[in-house]
Amino acid sequence: MKRRLTPSLTPIRMVTFVVALVCALAMMGPHLSRPVSAQSKAIATNVPVIPHEAVPNFFKNPPGIYTGENMGISTNSKGQIYIYHRAYETRLFEYSPQGTFVREIGRNNYGFAFAHSVRVDAQDNIWAVDEGTDMLIKFSPEGRVLMTIGRREDPVNMLSNMPGGGAFHGRNEKYRFGRQTDVAWDQQGNIFVSDGYFDARVVKFDKNGRFIKAVGTRGTGNLQFNTPHSIATDFQGNVYVGDRGNARVQVLDNDLNWKANYPNVGNPWAVCVSGGPGPKNPGKQYLYVSNSWPDSAPAAAADFTGEVYKMELDGTIIGKFGRAGKAPGEFATIHQMDCRDPNVIYTAEINDWRSQKILLKPQAMKSSAQ
Amino acid sequence: MTMTHTFKAFVAAAVLALGASLAAQNSTPDIPFDTNADLLKTPLDLFVGEVGGVGQNSKGQIFVYTRTGHPYATLGDNRTFARGGSRLLQFDRTGKFERELGQDVYGFNAAIGLRVDPQDNVWTIDAAASQIVKFDTDGRVALVLGRKPETINVRPGAPGGGRGGPEAGRGTPPAGAPEAGRGAAPEAGRGGAPGGGGRGAPGSGLPGSSFNRPTDVAWDRAGNIYIADGIGNTNRVAKFDKDGRFIRQWGSTGSENGQFMGVKSLALDAQGNVYVADAGNKRIQVFDGDGNFKSQFGNIGTPLTMCMTTGSTQYLYISHSGDPDGMEDAAIYKVALDGRVVGKFGSAGKLPKQFGLANSIDCRNENELLVGEMTNWRVQRVTLKASR
Repeated sequence: MKRRLTPSLTPIRMVTFVVALVCALAMMGPHLSRPVSAQSKAIATNVPVIPHEAVPNFFKNPPGIYTGENMGISTNSKGQIYIYHRAYETRLFEYSPQGTFVREIGRNNYGFAFAHSVRVDAQDNIWAVDEGTDMLIKFSPEGRVLMTIGRREDPVNMLSNMPGGGAFHGRNEKYRFGRQTDVAWDQQGNIFVSDGYFDARVVKFDKNGRFIKAVGTRGTGNLQFNTPHSIATDFQGNVYVGDRGNARVQVLDNDLNWKANYPNVGNPWAVCVSGGPGPKNPGKQYLYVSNSWPDSAPAAAADFTGEVYKMELDGTIIGKFGRAGKAPGEFATIHQMDCRDPNVIYTAEINDWRSQKILLKPQAMKSSAQ
Repeated sequence: MTMTHTFKAFVAAAVLALGASLAAQNSTPDIPFDTNADLLKTPLDLFVGEVGGVGQNSKGQIFVYTRTGHPYATLGDNRTFARGGSRLLQFDRTGKFERELGQDVYGFNAAIGLRVDPQDNVWTIDAAASQIVKFDTDGRVALVLGRKPETINVRPGAPGGGRGGPEAGRGTPPAGAPEAGRGAAPEAGRGGAPGGGGRGAPGSGLPGSSFNRPTDVAWDRAGNIYIADGIGNTNRVAKFDKDGRFIRQWGSTGSENGQFMGVKSLALDAQGNVYVADAGNKRIQVFDGDGNFKSQFGNIGTPLTMCMTTGSTQYLYISHSGDPDGMEDAAIYKVALDGRVVGKFGSAGKLPKQFGLANSIDCRNENELLVGEMTNWRVQRVTLKASR
């Protein structure tokens, strides 16, 4: 049942890719001129379904503690779970492996304004990605600030931008972001940032936060992006970018050279590579991609979005699970996923103010593809 | 002399000048130093953010004025009211958190400086409220200089910018909008009665006492107060008596003697001379206490802040950052009062012994400094070792 799609640069596959891309653009049709939220139906067909279930009421908040829009979710090596969400304030919560609320991290620090994602690195440091302050904030496991990258605009300058809204600017500054979206690391600790709504690039820093390289402009070609919205790395240091507006995953090598596009799984809001951030382990790695139910007009695209694809790292689709909706096990706009264990997926969802723990049952897959 | 000769002479002179400049930089000795970059210890729910200012009192207690928490805008009748975004924290001499001062006060919005005076009062400088607040040793507010604009009026006529219209341009000038400036002359600053009332110049004080993004404060031996004003568009130094009564001001925008392009810091020596960090012109200008220009010197990069030592031979520590992010080009210079650079230490970056926009230096002890950084959210205690 496996289908192999454009994993490399051979001429035939390039042709396949171009055809697929043209199809993708054609399907986006009238939405092309619109901003990034237009969601497209995935091109891939006859994809087998992976049975899955949600653990009922997994995340338990004490009375008086609420999460808002769940933007980011990530586990550490001990199974602790972090959720970065938009409530009255943007807040970062920690939960036990059993889903019990443990504590809040980073409350009222200067870098929190509008949550976008959270990731845990190989040393269990917690990185909050905030698109309101254009900052990455690296917390120790204890919850102290170890490093920041990017800088919150001076308050008086922020006032001058009110009432705001903002627009793409593509300034491409070394140490400032334009509403960056996500972070990942390679096994050497180099930092990769998808940036973002107002830039269209991927930035690489060394482990001490020193700029190494940035690639990307706005557009539809290779090494061009239209809201790079999510980013992940594999143990070889390849970089997977959820190029949401272009309805594809772009794969870059460790020096940010273009390797491949996977244009068949809809608009990737969230990408995740299983196995955790490191250290490198013998587990086989998979790529998960969420073609999320768009958040701006939920009813419109509910019948053809909301599913998550499981892929080999080369782009081969293995299966899919889920659909748009708010019932348990359905997905109400997945914004980030954790897939440290490839059969346990944590989803942070915008629309229903929730996160879910999803158990996959690939061994129960039937051959009856839908 | 032909044009060609003139040109050659010019090139030769330029090359010579460049060579001399490089030679001067290369010959500046590096001062050996070490730092404790993990100095401040706060509870897990309290975060030091960008350090606008750090200083210590005679007991060694450390005060940090920091951008932390959130700058908010409260919606009001045709206006937004900016609040929050900075806090004033007190630590013991070992860096352990002791208490907070100025909780929820009106004018803590964008920390940009802090100084401790000889009587151990703590003075905060805020670049959004455009205020200087003096806290006594009990933590009470003892003096407030400048008035916070009712609406921080960055765009006249825009929502949140008051009523707009022609009168809006003569009120508190929008930061970063030089064309709307009220100039530096005291008579131009009168736009409206103190209090403003939402028309004209909300936040305007008495003539000369309304600031636009001030950055620093210093005192002479009589207790007179000098304000660096600032990084808005006023480019002046304002002088007040010890009770906060306006005495005089000097300076305007430009690069002549007595003009400034961004007044980032000031300091006084024991004789009462005023050293003014003129960032855009990459120089320090020296005035007497009445504002008469005396001299200037450069070779200190782009100054962010200064600190005047208090020993019998006084020195200035001057922080330089050549890039806006503190990642490319930075150093702290030790400079004799005649402008001779004695030595330098530090570089740009995020690691210990590197500085990410060192915006504040305390040099109460000449060889054990406190250096506060904006982008690295920390204070480093710097121990300078004897050269060679």
